Amino acid sequence: MELLTIDIAHVLAGALLLTSFMLLYQDRLSGLINIYTLHAVILSLSVAWQAYYQDAHHLYLTAAIAAIFKALIIPFSLRRIIKRLRIHRTVEVVGGVGITMLIGIFLVALSLVVMLPATASADPLSREDIAFALAIVLLGLLMMVTRRNVVSQIIGFMSLENGLVLAAAGANGMPLVVEISVAFSILIAFIVIGIFLFRIRERFDNVDLSELDRVRGGRS
Amino acid sequence: MPLYLALTSVSALLAVSVYAIVDRRNHDVSRNVYRLCIGLCGVIFLAAVMPRGAHVVSTTLPLGLPWIGMHFRIDVLTAFFLAVVNLGGAAASAYAIGYGAHEKEPIRVLPFYPAFLAGMNLVVLADDAFTFLVAWEFMSLASWALVLTHHHEEENRRAGFVYLLMASFGGFALLMAFGVLGGVGGAYDFASIRESTRAGWTSGLVLALAIVGMGSKAGLAPLHIWLPLAHPAAPSHVSALMSGVMTKVAVYGFIRVVFDLLGPPAFWWSVEPMTFGAASALIGVLFATIQSDLKKLLAYSTIENIGVIFIALGLALAFKANGMALPAALAFTAALFHVFNHSLFKSLLFFGAGAVLNASGERSIERLGGLIHSMPKTAFLFLGGCVAIAALPPLNGFVSEWLVFQAILLSPALPQWTVKLLVPAVGVALALSAALGAGCYIRAYGVAFLGRPRSEAARAAHDPDRWSLATMAVLLTLCLTAGLLPSLVIDTISPVAKDFVGGRMPTQAELSWLSIAPVAESRSSYNGLLVFAFILFSAYSARWVIHKFGTARSRRAPAWDCGYIETSPMTQYTGSSFAQPIRRTLGVIAFSVRERLDMPAPGDTRAARLSVDVKDRIFDYLYAPLTRAVESCAAGLNILSLLTIQEYLALVFAALVFLLVLVAI
Repeated sequence: MELLTIDIAHVLAGALLLTSFMLLYQDRLSGLINIYTLHAVILSLSVAWQAYYQDAHHLYLTAAIAAIFKALIIPFSLRRIIKRLRIHRTVEVVGGVGITMLIGIFLVALSLVVMLPATASADPLSREDIAFALAIVLLGLLMMVTRRNVVSQIIGFMSLENGLVLAAAGANGMPLVVEISVAFSILIAFIVIGIFLFRIRERFDNVDLSELDRVRGGRS
Repeated sequence: MPLYLALTSVSALLAVSVYAIVDRRNHDVSRNVYRLCIGLCGVIFLAAVMPRGAHVVSTTLPLGLPWIGMHFRIDVLTAFFLAVVNLGGAAASAYAIGYGAHEKEPIRVLPFYPAFLAGMNLVVLADDAFTFLVAWEFMSLASWALVLTHHHEEENRRAGFVYLLMASFGGFALLMAFGVLGGVGGAYDFASIRESTRAGWTSGLVLALAIVGMGSKAGLAPLHIWLPLAHPAAPSHVSALMSGVMTKVAVYGFIRVVFDLLGPPAFWWSVEPMTFGAASALIGVLFATIQSDLKKLLAYSTIENIGVIFIALGLALAFKANGMALPAALAFTAALFHVFNHSLFKSLLFFGAGAVLNASGERSIERLGGLIHSMPKTAFLFLGGCVAIAALPPLNGFVSEWLVFQAILLSPALPQWTVKLLVPAVGVALALSAALGAGCYIRAYGVAFLGRPRSEAARAAHDPDRWSLATMAVLLTLCLTAGLLPSLVIDTISPVAKDFVGGRMPTQAELSWLSIAPVAESRSSYNGLLVFAFILFSAYSARWVIHKFGTARSRRAPAWDCGYIETSPMTQYTGSSFAQPIRRTLGVIAFSVRERLDMPAPGDTRAARLSVDVKDRIFDYLYAPLTRAVESCAAGLNILSLLTIQEYLALVFAALVFLLVLVAI
């Protein structure tokens, strides 16, 4: 039973990681949002499983927050945004998907190499979880680096945050207050970025970041 | 009680600078501010010399960093330096009552002047690294603002920039020095730093950082480049404070860190102060000898004197490391005696230079001359200062330099060969700089005050107001007293030496006829009173003989004109002429002098020109490459400010991955 519990947790975390790779690969904006929804759902399942396993009731609340905010509200509003910006059929040009995926695999290997020795004394469940979480964070960052479209950048940022929540849920003992405040700050960041998105659109007629660089006078 | 008195006065000084801003429309504000400064400096001076109930008085005020507070303390060393600082401060304020009346924009001086005094006092009073550094930076910034008083002139703005650069560099070095001293535990009050023990190389690091940090403020070569720029730029009473007093505060910082906080010394600690001290003494005096700007000359001479002080401190370290308490006390006493002396006569000379500048508008001695007729009182007082700084008996400069030489003569007893070989070389450098220093002041006085006036301004000059003259007279009297009764000063310094090098010179008051003997009376002794009496006696008897057997009345006749028809005052021997032998012989090595003679072809009627180009080698070989390196780095890093958002993210990302890889390996 013990082993089965751990295996289920690992399956969920692994699925989250896999979804991160899907995010990295997907170049259609509406598809990206769908996969992000999946990402959030798996996160909330994973956190709920942690809550069950650790018998920590406040983690159920965390899972609920993840499900409501990240799997419902944010995808919904993102979809509205891209509809209103009329970019929902946009296919973003992602150069060198193969190389990006290779870098992603390297990052996963790196985070396993770093985390497994560092958390040798922790219990086996959170060990693997934290390694997966670091990999998800790095993949989110990689996505932000490789994408030019603001919406994909937001999604990269959100998936990065999901990795943080996964790590926090695994390390039993994160206070609920911190969790709630992080959730709210993410929401506020989302709102701010959303507003900026429309402002950028108003000015430049598209949401490609290279336009911003052109205005700054830098090289693009 | 003395500590609280001092601290209250310091905060009162800060209040005075606020008052100077609030009451800036009032015509009397300048006079009031300086009067208040005299009073407050006097109170702190009293607090320093009044008997303290305990040997060490300390307190913690709930200011600054929360839960840590600011620690203040008075011990014997603090008391000595408080006395020096506030004597100089009171003198400068008294002088400024008259001098400051000529200031066109007093608002540029008045608020910063009391703040500067307060900063110097706080540095000396501080008893933890945080307070020390804050006070140190406060002092630097206040003096920087004073350097920029006449900011309309391009030259002064450059001086301010160089000074600020050197001050921040020195402050940075000090920050690191205290960081290393405090260690990983991070207890930054001096009491816990004293108790902690540290490895040998850490002490070496702190020593090097302290030399750089304090030396950049004191004017130790090769960190001296700001002094000759900043001292002429500031108003004269501020120059006197910066040169006579602020450099001493830096010496205090060095003593506090190296003799007190760093624990028992190793013999090799002495090498750095002595080497840099000897270099400063030589460089300072050589440049002073060829300078024609009076205030620049004084600034270079400050570098020389700081060199002398650091040589003596280095000797004290060497003796202390070998457990030779008596020679160590001798060298340490000599250093502090010279600190005291230099603060007196350098202030006096800067006041004199200020009076000349005010009366004639000239800083260059090449356009002065004959001032002894137009400003007789200033000329007499300035002469006294020159004799004192040239280390001629019976004035005080002689005593302290003589004590340094006595300490050098004891060095063969040192066991280590490094020091044994170094000290005679340093001694030679010191002797050379003492002789050149005397020559330098003979030249300065002779060209500026004797002969015939070289300009109309010099002819029309007049003595300054009574306040200025009285201040200079008091300083000269103090110089003379310290020179005639050195035993008083030595016995005052002895408790400091006892605490900081573990020994003391023999009590001088017990010797008969007010003479002093550094080690034992059988070995060497000096009696200033006797020398003075001899000088007076021989001078008056010579005068009596001349008037008795020669002519009885003095008459004034035109100087012999060598048979030429009309001699212009410009044909007199000038300062450059005096300096030429030194410039020619040492010019290639020391100054990188370039003389260019522009001789017109025969038949051409234009005048021939001889131009001399003097450059500081240190500037060319140390600072110029440094500046270029910094500039090219900055230009290279410019790219970073023009990246795209992705590239910034990629930078962060790459750094993160790099660190993770490091952890993984």
